[in-house]
Amino acid sequence: MAQIFAYILHKDGVLDDTALELRAAGATLDPEAAVTAVVTGSAGDLEKVCKEAARSFDTVWKVENDALAYPNAEVIRPLMKRLLPKNSLVLLPHEHFGMDLAPGLSVALEAAYLPDSVAFEGMEGDVLKAVREEYSGMVRTHVRCNLSTGAVITLRPGAFAPDERKDKTGEIMDKTPEVFQEGLPEVPRRYLEMVEAEAGDVDITKSEVLVSVGRGIEEQDNLEMIQELAKAMGADVSCSRPIVDAKWMEKSRQVGTSGKTVKPKVYLALGISGSFQHLGGIKGSPFMVAVNKNPKAPIFQVADVGVVADILDFVPNLTEKIAESAK
Amino acid sequence: MEILVCVKRVPDTSENEITVNRDGTDIEREDLVYSVNEWDNYAVEEAIRLRDTGGGSVTVVSLGPEETEEVIRREMAMGADKGIHLMDPVFEGSDGRGVAAALKAEVEKGNYDLVLTGAQADDGAGQVGGMLAAMLQWPFAALVNHIEMSGDGILKIGREIAGGNQEFSEIRLPCVLSIQTGINEPRYVGIRGIRKVASLEIPVHGTAELGIPPEAVGEVGAKVKRIDYFVPQLGDGAEILEGSQEEIIDKLIELLKSKGGIK
Ligand SMILES: Cc1cc2nc3c(=O)[nH]c(=O)nc-3n(C[C@H](O)[C@H](O)[C@H](O)COP(=O)(O)OP(=O)(O)OC[C@H]3O[C@@H](n4cnc5c(N)ncnc54)[C@H](O)[C@@H]3O)c2cc1C
Ligand SMILES: Nc1ncnc2c1ncn2[C@@H]1O[C@H](COP(=O)(O)O)[C@@H](O)[C@H]1O
Repeated sequence: MAQIFAYILHKDGVLDDTALELRAAGATLDPEAAVTAVVTGSAGDLEKVCKEAARSFDTVWKVENDALAYPNAEVIRPLMKRLLPKNSLVLLPHEHFGMDLAPGLSVALEAAYLPDSVAFEGMEGDVLKAVREEYSGMVRTHVRCNLSTGAVITLRPGAFAPDERKDKTGEIMDKTPEVFQEGLPEVPRRYLEMVEAEAGDVDITKSEVLVSVGRGIEEQDNLEMIQELAKAMGADVSCSRPIVDAKWMEKSRQVGTSGKTVKPKVYLALGISGSFQHLGGIKGSPFMVAVNKNPKAPIFQVADVGVVADILDFVPNLTEKIAESAK
Repeated sequence: MEILVCVKRVPDTSENEITVNRDGTDIEREDLVYSVNEWDNYAVEEAIRLRDTGGGSVTVVSLGPEETEEVIRREMAMGADKGIHLMDPVFEGSDGRGVAAALKAEVEKGNYDLVLTGAQADDGAGQVGGMLAAMLQWPFAALVNHIEMSGDGILKIGREIAGGNQEFSEIRLPCVLSIQTGINEPRYVGIRGIRKVASLEIPVHGTAELGIPPEAVGEVGAKVKRIDYFVPQLGDGAEILEGSQEEIIDKLIELLKSKGGIK
């Protein structure tokens, strides 16, 4: 098989959690293969990150330049094209950076693109059999991806169990001169600044009990019944993304990969389907209850307890009973 | 600005239960309600707003079967000036690259400054925009949730990154941007609006009109192929509470109390 590369994300000198997931996935592609970590960045943190990566990968390819201080996919893509040999297999996490870099990288490398894999089920010759999700997790598919002319593969964060052994002493190779022989590529997208999300009135990351509401609430006016339930339970209210998109609640209440990461003891999901981006924001395995009118909603696969019901009908009755029992 | 927005007709997952057919070759399509991909609707709204403040035109393009016309018309009712329908039997079975290749050919027939796509569609791939940009050799940005003009031929954009933080950059036109939900509040389209555009002509382009070889698209051109559909079984799944609503509520309160969920 062709050479396998893992593009490593890092921040403030620390490897991203996904790095060790890429290692594990690389080994399932080919247990014999030596997986090469590609680490780009600017002086300072980069050396530290490379050393850390060398504990988990056979080889580390380092690319250093001031222009790489912030990971800008439009800078990194042409550099990867210069760096990677023909027919390479490139692994990346399927998150905001991977989604920015990977599809175009596959075109630049004239390679296949396999987005958002959740599992690999083995090779048949040059063809990888993998598992993906469609329709926000309601169904899965097996797909065949031909790797013979190379492939860019993004992995769903959290889907591959990380390989935490740190048993390697990989060689760190400085690829900077090679990559910058032709100078810095012309950059059509210039990074300006990062603006942090605004803090809200309640910090849901500290809440022990969350009553979380999703698109199943249907109308803004119905949110009142959720507030009342939360009040009766002594819980805080959080939500899924569509509620924030509709401007019905503040961004600071959104749970998920593009919202807050919460770690409550109890999580009550009301009218939430259970997309991986939502579930990605729930840590610490809380006791999870889901109420959804669709018995096939993916949230029932991960919840501890489920109720198949219309929340518009169920929630007011639940609130009333809780209030009664408190008397 | 001349803006092209790529839209896809997809089953509405908040309206439908998606189930797999008997032999696992497809989802059950009988009673599905279709609509425009949620992300694409935000993209069309953004394009209309950019046109309304800066001038120019908005064209929507969609690749898909006969019925695709209804979503193109819906987006025209929203305020897009033109619609284009890419349809050809050989498109069947295309992977993301095939769709991007057809869209690329359409982009090159026009004189666009900006192409918008949704961040992702029903297959959750989020691939077509980035591939299209690379094929055109135009700059790209994914998950854009803010756009403003910033001098000549330059846009200032915000990308949504982890934790709801926002990354700002400047990007050169022409470019391709994939749009994240929440960037705006898409306007409502009523029956009356759709009637108004009912008689507008929507040109249909196939591989011949696009000037692309049939083997670049469809199943033949695909490097990634779906084998089957199945319903995942993850872990044990939830214990579903049964009984009358009263019984369920009593049981639930008891459970919540024992887990510290009711204070
Ligand atoms: C890059 C990226 C980042 C994202 N980040 C996040 C994130 O941080 N957080 C997040 O939540 N999402 C995020 N998303 C969006 C995510 O993909 C889903 O679209 C979203 O989570 C769906 O929210 P939902 O479950 O509320 O809505 P839906 O998926 O529409 O589900 C609604 C559910 O309610 C049920 N329902 C409907 N009516 C009723 C009723 N009356 N009673 C009971 N049940 C009912 C339905 O059966 C359905 O299961 C992100 C997407 C992308 C592309
Ligand atoms: N058949 C299609 N016709 C037009 N645009 C499409 C089509 N498929 C995907 N797109 C565009 O590409 C975006 C991302 O889709 P995907 O890569 O399939 O997740 C969508 O939001 C659309 O803007």
